[in-house]
Amino acid sequence: MSFMVLVRTAWRALLRNISRSLLTMLGIIIGVGAVIASVAIGAGAQAVVLKQIESLGANLIVISPGSVTSGGVSLGSGARTSLRLDDVSAFVANVPEVAAAAPYSQTSAQVVAGGANWFTVIGGTTPAWLTVGNWSIAQGSFFTPDDVSRVTKVAVLGSTVAANLFPAGGAVGSTIIVKSVPFRVLGVLTAKGQTGFGRDQDDVVIVPITTHQERLTGQTWINTILVSASSSDTVAGVIDAGERLLRLVHHLSPIDPDDFTIRNIANVQAVRMATADTQAFLLAAVAIVSLVVGGIGIMNIMLVSVTERTREIGLRMAVGARGRDILLQFLIEALSMACAGGVIGVGMGIGVSFLVSTLAGWPTVITGASIVMGFASAALTGVVFGFYPARRAAALDPIDALRYE
Amino acid sequence: MKSTAVKEALIEVQDLTKVYGEGPAAVEALKGVSLTIYKGEFVAIMGPSGSGKSTFMHLLGCLDHPTSGSYLLSGQEVSGLSRDQLAMVRGRQIGFVFQSFNLLSRTSALENVELPMLYAGVARAARDERAQSILEKVGLAERMGHRPNELSGGQQQRVAIARALANDAPLLMADEPTGNLDSASSVEIMTLFQHLNQDNGITVIVVTHADDIAAWCSRIVTFRDGLIVDDRASKTRKARA
Repeated sequence: MSFMVLVRTAWRALLRNISRSLLTMLGIIIGVGAVIASVAIGAGAQAVVLKQIESLGANLIVISPGSVTSGGVSLGSGARTSLRLDDVSAFVANVPEVAAAAPYSQTSAQVVAGGANWFTVIGGTTPAWLTVGNWSIAQGSFFTPDDVSRVTKVAVLGSTVAANLFPAGGAVGSTIIVKSVPFRVLGVLTAKGQTGFGRDQDDVVIVPITTHQERLTGQTWINTILVSASSSDTVAGVIDAGERLLRLVHHLSPIDPDDFTIRNIANVQAVRMATADTQAFLLAAVAIVSLVVGGIGIMNIMLVSVTERTREIGLRMAVGARGRDILLQFLIEALSMACAGGVIGVGMGIGVSFLVSTLAGWPTVITGASIVMGFASAALTGVVFGFYPARRAAALDPIDALRYE
Repeated sequence: MKSTAVKEALIEVQDLTKVYGEGPAAVEALKGVSLTIYKGEFVAIMGPSGSGKSTFMHLLGCLDHPTSGSYLLSGQEVSGLSRDQLAMVRGRQIGFVFQSFNLLSRTSALENVELPMLYAGVARAARDERAQSILEKVGLAERMGHRPNELSGGQQQRVAIARALANDAPLLMADEPTGNLDSASSVEIMTLFQHLNQDNGITVIVVTHADDIAAWCSRIVTFRDGLIVDDRASKTRKARA
C-alpha cells in the first residue's frame, strides 16, 4: 500500500471524528505550545542580557584600587590611590593576550555651552577606551594619543550631553566650559542607551586622561583600568598575568595583600548563562511531562479506535492486508494526530509569545531550533505511543476480527 | 460433476483437521475432511450450526491454519504458509462476500471496491478504471459515488461482490450472502453469482443453511459433526434467470 494512500486513509479516519481527534491532540498542543512560548521568552531575556553585557565591552576586565583597612575599619574598594597611568602601559607591554587597555577616571561637573548647561560625568581616558568600551563615534572624531601626551583641552560628548547642550546640532567644533576650563568639542559618541542597571551610558563627556588629571581633578592616580582580553578564552589568563604584573610594578612583597581588585564581566555573564541553562532544563522537564501525558492520551484513543474498528481491520485483512499494512495504518494515524497537534502547538506557542511581548512587554525570540524541536518531539511522541495500539491491531486474528460485534 | 475428472482442480483438500483449544478442553471442529473442487464449479456448503462448515470455510478462505492435513489451492500448498503469505494468497486468489456486507462506512462504493487493489499495489489510474468497470458489471454504474448508508441491502451486497472481484480472483467465497436480504434481493444476488459462474468461469462457494439458496448451485456438500456426510449434484437446480 503506497504511503500517500496510507496518509490519506489516516486523515480520513481522524476527520471522521474531528472533535475527538482535537481533544486527543490537546495534550500535545499544550506541550509543544508551552515549549515554544517558554523557549521564546527565555531566549528573549537571554538576548537582552547578552546585549547589555556586550555593550559594556567584550571580554572586559575591570581593575580598581584595593581597599584600605585602617585600624580594623575597611574603607572599601577604590579608597586607595594605588593605580597609575604607568600601570596601563605596563599591561599593554607585558601581557600579550590584552587587546586594549585604557585608564578611566571620572568626576562630576556642570558643563556650559553658550546659553545651555548640563550636569554630567566627566571621564578621562585614552583612545584605547573606544575599543575597550565598545564605543564608536557618530560625528567628528575622537582625540588622539598625541592629545593625551600634550594635555590638549579637547572633549568628546556622549549623545545625551550633545542633545542637551546643542539641541539644534553643531556640537563638533564648538567650545564647552568645564570647571572654568574651555574644551574644544572634537566629536559625539554613538548612543548606547541604558545599562542593565538603568544608568544612561550616554550622559558623559570624555576628555584626555592627562587633561582630566591636571586641569579638572588634580589627581595623580586613576580610578580604574579597563582591560579588554583578546578573546573570551584568554580572560582568565589575562587576570592571572595582570595580578602578577601589578604586584610586581607596585613592589608588593609576598606577604602584602593586593592593593587592587580585578573583576571580570565574563563572570557575570557565566552566572546569567548558568541561570538560563537551569531554566531551560526545567522547561524541558515540564515539556517532557506534558508530551508524555499527551502521548498517553493518543495511546488511549488509538486503543479505543482499534477496538471500534475491529471489523474493519478484519475486512482489510480478508482482502489482502498484511500485518505491517495494518500496523502502518494505525501508526500513521497516531503520527498524523501528533504532527497535527505539533503544528497547532507551534502556532499557539508563537501566538502566546507574541501576546506576551505585546501585552506584557517582555522581549521574546522565536528560534527555528525550538520550532523544529517542538515539532520533532510531538512526532516522536506519536510514534512511541502509537506503536502499541498499532501492534495490537496488526496482531488481530482475521476471523475473530470479522466476527467482532 | 464428479464425472468431469478431466477438469482442473482448484481446491484439493486431504484429511483436513482443526482442533480448537488444548488438552481435555480441546474441541475437534473438523475431523479429517477430504474434498476436491474443480474450476468453474458452483458449490453450496450446508449443515447445521456446529457442523464445522464455518471452520471449513475459514480454512478454504486462508483465514486460518489447519491443525493437520493438506490444502492445495491452484496447485499451491497453503496449509503451512505464514500469516503474511496467507494475506497475499487471500488478496490475489480469493474474493470474500459476507452476510453483513462489511463495507467501509462513509466510504464511496468505488473506494470500497478499490480496497483490495490498494493492498495488491495497483496504480491509481488502473484502480479507478477497474473499479468502475466492475461496478458497471454488477449493475451499479449510477451508484459509484454513493456511500453504503445511501444504498439498499441488495445494492450493498453487490458492492461487496464487486469488491470480491477486484483482484480478478478465480475463487469467490460467500458466507450466507443473502442472510440479511429480502427474497427479491436474494434472487438478484444469486442470479449475479450464477452469471459470474457461468459466463466468467469464476468458481463460487456459498455457505448457507437455506435449501432454496443451495438450489442455485450445481453441487451441494453437507457437513455434520466435523465431517462431510453428503456430496451430490443438485437435482433441483434453478434454471438460468
